[in-house]
Amino acid sequence: MSDFILTADDLHKSYGERAAVQGISFGVRRGEVFSLLGPNGAGKTTTISMLSCLIAPTRGDATIAGHSIRREPGAVKRAIGVVPQEIALYQALSARENLLFWGQMYGLGGASLRRRADEVLELVGLRDRANDRLETYSGGMQRRINLAAGLLHRPQLVFMDEPTVGIDPQSRRNILDMVKQLNAQGMTVLYTTHYMEEAQELSSRIGIIDHGKLIALGTLDELNRLVGEEDVVELQVGAESTPPELLRALNGVPGVSQASRENGTLRLLARDGNAALPELITLANSLGTRVTNVSIRVPNLEAVFLSLTGRALRD
Amino acid sequence: MKKILVIGLKDFSLIWRDRAALLLLLAAPFVLTLGLGFVSGRFAAGSGRAGLSDIPVVIVNQDHGQLGQALVNALSSKDLAGLLAPTTAGDPAAARGQVDANQAAAAVIVPAEFSTSTRPQPVPAPGGQTGPAAAIEVYANPAQPLNASVVQAIVQSFASQVETGRVSTQVTVQQLVAHGLVSPQQVAALAPAVAQRATAAEGTPLIRVSVQQSDAAGSGAVPQVDALAIFAPGMALMFLMYTVSYGGRNLLAERYAGTLARLLGTPTSAAQVLGGKLFGIFLTGLAQVSVLVVGTSLLFQLRWGDALAVAALIVAVTAAATGWGLVLAAVARTPAQVGSLGTALMLVFGMLSGAFIPLSTFPGWLQTLARISPNAWGLEAFTTLAQGGALSAIAPGLAVLLAMAAALFAAAVMMFRRSQLLKY
Repeated sequence: MSDFILTADDLHKSYGERAAVQGISFGVRRGEVFSLLGPNGAGKTTTISMLSCLIAPTRGDATIAGHSIRREPGAVKRAIGVVPQEIALYQALSARENLLFWGQMYGLGGASLRRRADEVLELVGLRDRANDRLETYSGGMQRRINLAAGLLHRPQLVFMDEPTVGIDPQSRRNILDMVKQLNAQGMTVLYTTHYMEEAQELSSRIGIIDHGKLIALGTLDELNRLVGEEDVVELQVGAESTPPELLRALNGVPGVSQASRENGTLRLLARDGNAALPELITLANSLGTRVTNVSIRVPNLEAVFLSLTGRALRD
Repeated sequence: MKKILVIGLKDFSLIWRDRAALLLLLAAPFVLTLGLGFVSGRFAAGSGRAGLSDIPVVIVNQDHGQLGQALVNALSSKDLAGLLAPTTAGDPAAARGQVDANQAAAAVIVPAEFSTSTRPQPVPAPGGQTGPAAAIEVYANPAQPLNASVVQAIVQSFASQVETGRVSTQVTVQQLVAHGLVSPQQVAALAPAVAQRATAAEGTPLIRVSVQQSDAAGSGAVPQVDALAIFAPGMALMFLMYTVSYGGRNLLAERYAGTLARLLGTPTSAAQVLGGKLFGIFLTGLAQVSVLVVGTSLLFQLRWGDALAVAALIVAVTAAATGWGLVLAAVARTPAQVGSLGTALMLVFGMLSGAFIPLSTFPGWLQTLARISPNAWGLEAFTTLAQGGALSAIAPGLAVLLAMAAALFAAAVMMFRRSQLLKY
C-alpha cells in the first residue's frame, strides 16, 4: 500500500483565459494533516473542488486511495469526506435529520446510520441539541454540524475547506481540537486555510499556494528554514509617503535582507530584529519619516510567505 | 432509486415546514375558492345544496296572450325541473321584493302588452324594420350573480325564439297584403295562425331551452353544474403552478446554498439528484391537489366525480405541471427569476384555464394557445368528471397531459445539460 493516500500531478484549471490553478503537484501521506495555505483567491478551493470530483481539471490528474479523479470519480467520492467552506446544510431540518439525510447520500441507512449520527453528534458536542432545527443554531454550532456531515461514512481522507471562516474564537478552538482528535484517531486530513496559525498548529506538512501555484512545500521547520530563521520587523509609518531613498537605506542596514512597503507599513526581514531596530528607527527619522508603531515577529509562515511573494499572507 | 426517494421526501418535508409557502399552497386556494363560492351565490341558496340546482325564480305574468303563458310554461317545464325552482307573484313589486330580500335569484316580469307587441303589422314600419316588442324584465339578484345569469340566459333564449318567429311572421303577412291576397282588415285574425304554422313547419316548439349534458349522464337527467366544480379545480390548478415553480426555485436555491455541490460531492449522480428534485416537486403537487380535493369535498360538499378517475387526473395534471416547474428552473438563472417567472406562468395559465373566463369567449388563436397549459386540459377533465363523466371520458385529456409531462421533462433535461446547472 502506497504511503500516499493522495497524489496530485500537475493539476490545472482554467476558466477561459483565467488560470485558477497552474500545475499543482503534491502528495498527502496516510494519517497526516496536510494544509494548503494561501490568501483568498489563491486557488485552494478550486484545487479541493477538482480533488472532490466536482470540477474536471483542465489538465493533469490526481489519485486518491488508488482511484483516478478523472476515471473513477464514484470510487473517489466514496473514499473522501468533504467539509465545504459554506455551511451546506438544510436550515429547516434538525441536526439529526441533516445527518441522516447526508448519511443516506453516502449509502448508509438503518440502525447503523442512526448510531453513527449519534457518534458524530457526540464528537462535535451537539448531541443534546440534535433535534433542534439548524436555523436555531449559532454560526459556530452550524459549522460543527457541517463538519460532522462529512465524517458520517468514516472516510479515509477528509477535505476541510476553510472550516473556521467567520466564526467566534471559541468555535474555532472547538473545530481545531476536533481536527486534532480525528487525526489522532487515524484520519487523514487535507486542510485549507488562509490563517497561518491554524496551519502551524495542525499540520504535519504545509503547501503554500499563491496565484494558482504551489510555491513551497514542507514541514513547518523546513519552510521556516527557507527564510533563514529571520525576524519580521514591521514599522508603522502612517499614510504619508516615504522618500524612495528610505527603502534603499533600510535594505543597506547590516542584518536586513529585505525591505518593502505596503500601505502604511514598512516590512523588513532581519537576522536579529531587536538588534537592528534602533538603527532602523533612527534612519527613518533622519529621512523625515515618523515611526508610530513597531512589531517584531519571530520566524513563522507569515515570514515565509512574505519572503516568497513580497506580500503579507492576509493581503 | 433509493436516493431519488430520499431526496424527494426531503424536499417534500422541507416545503411543509415553510409557513409562507403553505399559505400559498393550501390556504390561498381554499380561501379564494370559498370567496368565489360566495360571490357566485354557491353558498347563498341554503346549506346542503351542491351546485346550480333549484335556482329560486319568481315569475310575474301580466300578459294575457299566448307568449306570456309560453314563457311561464317554459320556466316551469320538466326539462328545467331541478335547475329552476319557479314560484309566481301577483305583481312586480312583490317579486322584486323577494329578490331584494335574497329569497330569489331573479324575478322574471312579463309585461301586459308582450304578446300584442309581437303581432305583425300589415305595412312595414318606417325604415323597413319591424316595430319593437315589449321587453321582458329580468330583475337580477346581485348576491347570486351566477344563478341570476342562468335565469337571464334562459329568458334570453326564449326571447330570441320569439323574435325569430315574429320577424318571419311579419314578413309573411306583409307579403300577403302587398300581393292583395289578404286585406289589412284580415291581418289580426290571420297572424296567430301564420305564426303557429311557421313554427309547426320548422318542427320545433316556439320555446326551446338547450341544456348540454354528458353522454355518460343518466338519460333524461339534468346535469348538475356546480360553480365550485369549476372554481375549485381552477384554483387548485392555478396554485399547483405555484407549487411546481416553488420546487424549481428550490433547485436553484440549493445551488446558491451550496447543498447542491455537496450533494454532487457524494456518490450521488446528477441524474439521481434531478430525479429526486423532480420527485419532490411531483409529490408536493400531488399532496396539494389531493388535500384541496378532499378538503372541498368535506367542507363544501363538492362532488368531484369518480374517485379513481379523479385520482388518475390528479396524477396526470401534476406530472404535466411538474414538467413546467423543471423547465422554469432550467430557463432561469437565479431563484428570484424562477419566482417571477413562476408567478407570471401561474397567472397566465390560470386565466387560460377557463376557470374565470370561459374559454369559448377567447379568440380562436388564444383558445389554441390555452392548450399549452395543464390547467386548460385539467379543468376540462375535472368538469367532465364533476358532471358524471367516467375515466374513459377523460382518457384523451389524460393522454395529452402525460405526453406534455414527458415532453417537458425531456426539454428540461436538455436545458439542464446545456446550462451546466448540475456540473461544477
